[in-house]
Amino acid sequence: MSEEGSRTPLYRRELLKLTPVLLLGAFAVPGLRGSLLEGGIAFSDWASAKWFRRGHLAPEYPNSEVAPLNKFPLNSYDVDDPGVDFERWTLTVTGDVQWPGEYTLEQIKALPKVQQNTRHVCVEGWDVVGSFGGARIADFLKLAGANVNANFLYLECLDDYYESLDMASALHPQALLCYEMYDQPLTREHGAPLRLRLPTKIGYKQAKYLSSLHVTDILMKKGYWEDQGYSSYYGL
Amino acid sequence: MRDTDQLNANGAGGVREPVGEPIDASHIVFEHPLVVRLCHWVNSVALLVMAGSGLQIFRAFPSFGPKIPQNNLLIVPKALTLGGWLGGALQWHITFAWIYLASGLTYVGYQIFSGNYRQLMLTQPDFLGIWPMIRHYFFFGNKPSVSGAYNPLQKLAYLSVLLLGAGSALTGMVLYNPVQFSALAWVAGGFHRARFWHFLILCGMGLFLVGHLVMVILHGWNNFASMLTGWKRNPEHVQ
Repeated sequence: MSEEGSRTPLYRRELLKLTPVLLLGAFAVPGLRGSLLEGGIAFSDWASAKWFRRGHLAPEYPNSEVAPLNKFPLNSYDVDDPGVDFERWTLTVTGDVQWPGEYTLEQIKALPKVQQNTRHVCVEGWDVVGSFGGARIADFLKLAGANVNANFLYLECLDDYYESLDMASALHPQALLCYEMYDQPLTREHGAPLRLRLPTKIGYKQAKYLSSLHVTDILMKKGYWEDQGYSSYYGL
Repeated sequence: MRDTDQLNANGAGGVREPVGEPIDASHIVFEHPLVVRLCHWVNSVALLVMAGSGLQIFRAFPSFGPKIPQNNLLIVPKALTLGGWLGGALQWHITFAWIYLASGLTYVGYQIFSGNYRQLMLTQPDFLGIWPMIRHYFFFGNKPSVSGAYNPLQKLAYLSVLLLGAGSALTGMVLYNPVQFSALAWVAGGFHRARFWHFLILCGMGLFLVGHLVMVILHGWNNFASMLTGWKRNPEHVQ
């Protein structure tokens, strides 16, 4: 056991070994905080994409567990009804595709129809099981001759909302261009005539009132909420 | 210097020093290895960030029921929260989840591979020692003699909070990625319930923190400093 004189430096040395903890103080520096937290989200997005399993299906539920349509919450960022003219509506497809152009709802409805009861999870913390019908995004991309090795889809909406989607999630067998909820054509407030239904993604990525789809490797914008600081990948 | 095992071998009432020698600073024991101290402090910061940002996230939907109709359980005061808004709180929560996880896994890994976990393990006599310790702390009974670095009730508290820590990480994984971790979600009783467990675990950790801080204050500077330097002067179990 040591003498009093030699013990003080010993304490000091052991205390100094804790200095790495002070690195956490960087989060308290206003100039650094933003980029550190952005880095944290980016890292977590990267990790989520790594453990995403392409063939792993989101749980589907029997009709008895589906919430009735009037208990399926509505979240619009702007208006519930942007006044879409259904007669003249088309989906504009651009970017890395063989056959760009205007696609009608009939062309999308002609693709094999998928019906699913899946859980919608809102970033706010609530969740609800709903009933959805539509065409696989994967099938539609084949129809348009899209390069499925591209990184992203970029989607614009008639209420000026916009979203992006990584290709692996877009090709998931449950990822839909959704035109029905509860076996009925989409209502205006739920995104008529066409919305995204992605049971492997958080709620804000389920864009409504789709107007265009762009296949691309590089995103100029990530999404309405993403560009304000929310995760751009947010897989479930 | 790590002579706790040898000291323990003497038993709780063992007389180590010649009678009459004052018990002073010459009794000094290395109680907390560096990795444990590092993890303790990193985890303390991470836990406060997780709790504050978690409460801000909870403010976005302060209920465990359905969205329609929404019955708010309680509105958390803004002063207890971190992040300012939902998006900001999520940035803190998700970033520090990794720091929290890293410090937790480093701690558990170190404890197992170094054998230091024995400090914490409840032995058979410990089980009998829990009640006398409760009687001492809560009903002013006599203080039972202590033979290791931690008394039985302390071990129980630290083991419990470790379990809560593991539970918070596992339920958090369910809330973050319920599809990829669907098996884990099933164990938790589904996505919806996992959110309730996650909150309940926070309450448990809050209780632990209150008890922990009270004990740290009661036991004074020497005990507190040992979590900084690793060394403890005149620990109870050596006297």
